[in-house]
Amino acid sequence: MAKELHTSALRTDPSTIGNALKKRTRISELLVQSFLFICAAVSILTTIGIVYELGKESMNFFLKTQWEEINKTLEEPVMGDSSMMTTGTSGSAVFEGDLIRVDREQMRVLSVSGLEVEIERGVNGTAIEPHSVGRVIYLARDVSVVEFLTGTQWTPQVGAFGIWPLLNATLMTTFFAMLIALPLGLGVAVYLSEYATDRVRTTIKPIMEVLAGVPTVVYGYFALTFMTPLLRLIFGETTVSIFNTASAGLVIGILVIPLVSSMSEDALSAVPRSLREASYALGATRLETALQVVVPAAFSGIAAAFIVALSRAIGETMIVAIAAGAGPAFTFNPFQSAETMTGHIVRISGGDLSYDSIDYNSLFALGLVLFFFTLSLNVVSQRIVRRFREVYE
Amino acid sequence: MSLFTGSKGSRFDSRTLARHRRGRFWRLVFGASTVVGIIILAILLINILNSVFGYAAVDNRIDPEELSINQIPIEILHKDDLVHILEQRLSAGLMRRLESDQPFEERSRENVYDLVIEWVVDPRVVRSWSLYESIFHKDRIVAEMAEEYPVADLRFISWLDWDFLTKPQSSDPDKSGVRTAILGSLFVIAITIFFSFPLGVGAAIYLEEYADTGKRINRFIQTNINNLAGVPSIIYGILGLAIFVRALEPLTSGALFAAPGEQATANGRTIISAGLTLGLLILPLLIINAQEAIKAVPISLRQASFGLGGTRWQTVWYHVLPSALPGILTGTILAISRAIGETAPLVVIGASTFITLDPDGPFSKFTVLPIQIYQWTSRPQAEFRNIAAAAIVVLLALLLSLNAAAVLLRNRYSQRI
Repeated sequence: MAKELHTSALRTDPSTIGNALKKRTRISELLVQSFLFICAAVSILTTIGIVYELGKESMNFFLKTQWEEINKTLEEPVMGDSSMMTTGTSGSAVFEGDLIRVDREQMRVLSVSGLEVEIERGVNGTAIEPHSVGRVIYLARDVSVVEFLTGTQWTPQVGAFGIWPLLNATLMTTFFAMLIALPLGLGVAVYLSEYATDRVRTTIKPIMEVLAGVPTVVYGYFALTFMTPLLRLIFGETTVSIFNTASAGLVIGILVIPLVSSMSEDALSAVPRSLREASYALGATRLETALQVVVPAAFSGIAAAFIVALSRAIGETMIVAIAAGAGPAFTFNPFQSAETMTGHIVRISGGDLSYDSIDYNSLFALGLVLFFFTLSLNVVSQRIVRRFREVYE
Repeated sequence: MSLFTGSKGSRFDSRTLARHRRGRFWRLVFGASTVVGIIILAILLINILNSVFGYAAVDNRIDPEELSINQIPIEILHKDDLVHILEQRLSAGLMRRLESDQPFEERSRENVYDLVIEWVVDPRVVRSWSLYESIFHKDRIVAEMAEEYPVADLRFISWLDWDFLTKPQSSDPDKSGVRTAILGSLFVIAITIFFSFPLGVGAAIYLEEYADTGKRINRFIQTNINNLAGVPSIIYGILGLAIFVRALEPLTSGALFAAPGEQATANGRTIISAGLTLGLLILPLLIINAQEAIKAVPISLRQASFGLGGTRWQTVWYHVLPSALPGILTGTILAISRAIGETAPLVVIGASTFITLDPDGPFSKFTVLPIQIYQWTSRPQAEFRNIAAAAIVVLLALLLSLNAAAVLLRNRYSQRI
């Protein structure tokens, strides 16, 4: 029977066998595969979207001239051929060299004597036109990248856009967060992986997961209603203001403890048992084994956990929005209120933010800085894992 | 010999003792940091409950005794008398509004009585105390009551009650509820799931079953997803603001569609924008979770299917997906619970802070639970803290039940494979 089949197969034309077994292209399979590829590619589109939008609006922030209303109006009408104009007394003053705009015409201020302003008409290719009494004068405001990156004052009302007050507050909250999260998170991880019995581990890990699953706005509430009063109780109500970066930072630290502990614990548990046994055999105590053998062996994973926690703390928003205070302030006092980058974004974007205003654009410039920070930290952490990972058979 | 038995005072022995002492000390330290974690969780919960319950001084705008007719208290007054009280005390405009809601003839006596209490007596909380103060310092509360609010009524109240769940927002904390916020959250999450679940699972299938990891594009996609998972949520808010709210405004405001609904706004700050933004936010998380679930399906299942002549898609659809589904669902639920608690991106795309009408479709303005909590927490008055805490309990209950569902799902199906 088997022999018959075999011979009948041989008798068939070899070319038809080849056709029957050849890989066929199935249209439906191809369609499915392309659809699935598109699903995966959405993530790339998201990244492109983030980079494009942040980049575009930041460019607008730095390159486009912003027109600021300075509450100044024309006292007398300006004729088409006049090179002098008289301004009202109200509003802030204009200075020599300023670029101003009335209606659609841009002008350069040549000299100022009291309320009389000598102007160069029709600057930047704008048409010279007559202006009537009471027209509003706008002052041009440019934000340079250098001013943005080095300025120590962030007051959009007067056109000061120096990032340092916001960045400084972010760094302070992050510092306090790390102060709490690193030792506690690592402590929990070492305890769970090196000391705890299975029963303890299966009780504590879900608790940590619950802690990680609590929404950040709840932590914000916690910071404002528990941590701040606690700090005020310890250090005195006069030194600690109601909104302060220390309270927000400490609570962010609590928020990232589960992140640090679970990532570090994964790294510690991945260290093979044989290493520990070798260490015990040489007479090391449990502590010595943990700190001098296991932790160094899991170093790359622990370092990655720290960096991811750092990035999370920098990007944390609701806690600082609730507890750190509103209004940028350049202060190193952790008990004073100061607004972080994320806190500022939340505050100015809540409510009616008009597009194409300088506030709208500044939000994207801040977002770009934030994105740059967190992305580079994430990339670094992935590099560390890949580069320093100890591979065990 | 003495070296091993350890005669007292030998150098070896003293060092061993010291080493063990150090070991015990650090063991205590490590254990303590774990205990600290648990204590913090406990404090977090206690701190919330502390504000949800407690004594409150309730003052009536008009004393109910004033309203009694012929010494008959309003509790037992006839319905007609109650209507008469309403007519006397309320403005004609308000009466017309109440009449148009439901004519007084059709209203029951209880209903009219409730109206009298709500609009005429109008009890309001003038001062609230925390649960801790209520339990341990009741005498102090009573003393303070007698001194500052002599006519007010001291009641032990729970800020979280049925009214709180079913009433819309109000500028008055004790009349405020989370109805619009809960509905808003559900609407937004529905859109998030609808958008991100198929995309996320599709991407995970592609990366696990189809992608050739030797190809640069596939490795790039994977790295990209890992990086996106680490991008702060507020950046997604900015992206949503630029793309969904602004660039796609005709779509997301519903202007392109004929019937945008009563609650529609002229701009793109709508439920659909919020849902899509959160969808993008949880997509990387969802993909990574689904990938893990698909990875866990044994290779033999695929080989058996291929061996029987199944195509790749048939293998995926009939064998891999059914086995991976519990894992995928668990991962999805976890991602969804992240989305429910997310606040910052929704503030950035411009959730409304005060709406009293229920959302009625994807193009209506919205508010969600976390936004409500944020708003109420930011108010200076103590009573708003109380309702913020009550809203937190609602949110946590919602999240906890979702997580419980995920755990049940995992336990129920984990034995199958």
